[in-house]
Amino acid sequence: MKFTRREFIRDGVAAFTVGFAAPTFLSDLARAQGARSRTLVVLYLAGGNDALSTLIPYRDPFYYSRRPTLAVPPLNVIQIGTDRSGMELGLHPRLAGFKQIFDQGHLALIQRSGYPSSSRSHFLGTDIWSTANPANSTGPGWLGRYLDLLPSPVDPLAGWATTREVPHSLIGQRVSVPAIQTPSSYAFQSPNQGNGQFPNDPAFERTAMTRIASHLPEEKPHLAFVNGTTQAALATLDKVASVVNYQPSTGVVYAANNPLAQALRAVAGAITRGIGTKVFWVQTGGYDTHATQNTNAANAGYANLMGTLDSAVTAFYNDLRNQRLLDDTLIVMFSEFGRRISENVSNGTDHGAAGLMMTIGGGVQGGLFGTAARLQPGNPTLENNGADVTWETDFRSVYARIIDNWLGADSLSILGGNFRNPALTIV
Amino acid sequence: MAQLSQFVEHLLRRAGFGVSEEERERFSRYTYPIAVSVMTNYDPAEADVDDKIDSGPQYVPIGGRGFSPNLVLNDARKRWLFRMVHSPAPLQERMALLWHHHFATAHSKISDAVGTTDATRLMAAKPSEDPGHARGQIELFRQYALGNFRELLVEVAKDPAMLYWLDGRLNRKGAPQENFGRELMELFTFGVEHYVETDVYAAARVFTGWNLSQTGTRGTASAFYSFNYDASRHDTEGKEFSFPIYRNGSKQIPARSAAAGMQDGLDLIAALASHPETAGRMARRLWTWFVSETEAPDPAFVDNIAGVYLRNDTNMKPVIRAVLLSPQFTDPDRFHQRYSWPVEFVVRMFKEVGFVGSNLDTTLTPLLNMGQQLLEPPDVNGWELGPGWFTTGGMLARMNFAATLTANQRIALRDAARASRQTPETLLDFAIGRLSLPEIDPEVRNALLDYIRAGGTWTGEDAQLAVKTAGVFHLLTGSGDYQFV
Repeated sequence: MKFTRREFIRDGVAAFTVGFAAPTFLSDLARAQGARSRTLVVLYLAGGNDALSTLIPYRDPFYYSRRPTLAVPPLNVIQIGTDRSGMELGLHPRLAGFKQIFDQGHLALIQRSGYPSSSRSHFLGTDIWSTANPANSTGPGWLGRYLDLLPSPVDPLAGWATTREVPHSLIGQRVSVPAIQTPSSYAFQSPNQGNGQFPNDPAFERTAMTRIASHLPEEKPHLAFVNGTTQAALATLDKVASVVNYQPSTGVVYAANNPLAQALRAVAGAITRGIGTKVFWVQTGGYDTHATQNTNAANAGYANLMGTLDSAVTAFYNDLRNQRLLDDTLIVMFSEFGRRISENVSNGTDHGAAGLMMTIGGGVQGGLFGTAARLQPGNPTLENNGADVTWETDFRSVYARIIDNWLGADSLSILGGNFRNPALTIV
Repeated sequence: MAQLSQFVEHLLRRAGFGVSEEERERFSRYTYPIAVSVMTNYDPAEADVDDKIDSGPQYVPIGGRGFSPNLVLNDARKRWLFRMVHSPAPLQERMALLWHHHFATAHSKISDAVGTTDATRLMAAKPSEDPGHARGQIELFRQYALGNFRELLVEVAKDPAMLYWLDGRLNRKGAPQENFGRELMELFTFGVEHYVETDVYAAARVFTGWNLSQTGTRGTASAFYSFNYDASRHDTEGKEFSFPIYRNGSKQIPARSAAAGMQDGLDLIAALASHPETAGRMARRLWTWFVSETEAPDPAFVDNIAGVYLRNDTNMKPVIRAVLLSPQFTDPDRFHQRYSWPVEFVVRMFKEVGFVGSNLDTTLTPLLNMGQQLLEPPDVNGWELGPGWFTTGGMLARMNFAATLTANQRIALRDAARASRQTPETLLDFAIGRLSLPEIDPEVRNALLDYIRAGGTWTGEDAQLAVKTAGVFHLLTGSGDYQFV
């Protein structure tokens, strides 16, 4: 099925543009009335995270026999306890910050999350996680469907992708989410910037563009739609610009050379400024570790991926905690699939099946959810002739929990089925 | 500045990519019917501009480091954009772009399978650039731009990029792969309402054995891929469809020997290509692509174009000629009634504003932000056209691309505007004329005139003229009016 905003334009261009033309943001009104707003931050680990190197079954002898170079020695693992199947588990050595969050009870680790007949394709796998529909992974994303259900007029910053492109998950039929990678460049530019003789010309231009964009002729609904889109963009610029100079709370450092940390810094800025965004999408890549995975390196490969993740998320966590916004923030982390259990000849791992989902937040009930795989070939926790970890918790039941218990919407309608799992008390 | 009739200007916007100064000059000699003939009767050899790349200031520079369009994905994109800007046969590039959307194939999935350089060759290499002299998919679309649609379908079914994209390479007897057969009917020909699920199973069996062979080592200069009909993997039993396959009305593709089994696919494609519903769907798509996105297809147009398609044995050239000469296409009420694609917007900007101090490398990130990466459509449906392009970020990306380009053109635009510097009104009319814009509403016109007057008395002296000309071109190209072609 092709999804399109066309119907919306045909039926409701007036409502759309009037909503965007409103001078005051709904979030401003809501905050003025004392409402607290909850934020969901999706942190997508792109490329297929090797879950067995994030949460390590360091007592499973097959973990060591099947990964002679990639296995992390027991002494280096950060032990966090035993799951309900009796498996002792530990975090990757570079996840020291995650350990602290875990100890505070605010990190939930959902083992073996996935779905039946897991796709080993990045392409299809990403679409499936985006649409929450393994049978037909085209059409709007699950978060787009959530945003589509918000009452009109929808704040143009209700969703915010910190990526260059809006991810499939945030594509809706009605609501259009901006991709704002760098707040400082999400700005109105003029060809006459910095002209000493005509210093005010960029401002004159913006005034003119605002006037042009406010021309919404009823007899030309398509022109009105495009102008209305420009109007919405211009209306969001100042809000976004207010994030540019955000200073984190005392003692918190978002590493300058860590793009993920910088993206989360912008998110923290938007949350503390009360922009009103309900869903942020943040992404970090490099997880497609087919070769030279370097789980044990001091400063390379997978160890660096974990270091980057730990540093960025810990800074974000501490920043929000310091500003008493942690209780209103939920981070959920996942990847499109886990990886093959046995390492390959290139000291890497190939595409596998079930993976690891994680949630962090003040409202999170932390702990180890689900049960670890037993890596001995033939064990029923495995599939693909013992090559891959098989799923136990359907990723859609995590989505369902987030939709129902955090976003306050109805997972049955958004996910098109009942994926509720009462045991999954992550939030 | 030579004057073009509004009809020829419309033709160049819709069937080309806007109106360059050179085209304005060249086409000013033609009546509308002759202009249509010139657009449709091109010689592909003469239209080849690849040897003009980086050959002088009259051509937009490629930019970036190195240039290997057969290996590096972004270089392949830049080469295609270069052709769109400079080809004397812009309709060829436009048709190739439309076929790219119609048969939407993305580099990333092929890259998953064979790595990025091989995938780039599969998408975009010229035969001379491939060790097996294989033609990349875009070259196929350029070759068949106005060719026979049935033959194009056959070539697409055998195209290595497509065999990866829709998994035809895996399709074999006993384990049929349905992806290609389904999309052939749903997206490439008559559409979802004209077949049933058993047709999908039968179509998958028809194409069993339509696989690939790989020669040389993947990811090296020796690797190439070619279509391979593997008779041993072909399902030789008969296949029954819900619609006629043969002229005698028979719905059954007969059982055939494995060696002769490739004929199954040719029979199915021939039936689908000539199906009246395919003709109708093609006509409706052509309406959207050429005539209007703001109103439903005119039934008279659909009947006319579908008839031309069927009477001409699925040859596209007479079909496109009929579209461009139709009373619906040439109706001035339908001018500027198509939402421009990001690629169209960028190419048109280069043609109508200029490219001094700019290059094609600088268009790639803005195009991504506008929502269109060549060779990477979002899925098998192609791009979401029309309003789908216009997100807040996408619109901002268009405005900011226009800001950068007009800043680079400040001096050139000032020089061109000198003859029109008498009053704010004359300056504005110059800009509107050069940008092949529709008549703009008074509210917008007044905002632009107030901008030109803002900041001091209008004198039109050079410094002021440079600033205000750049500003007006930026505002006009960023306005809603310029987003329609």
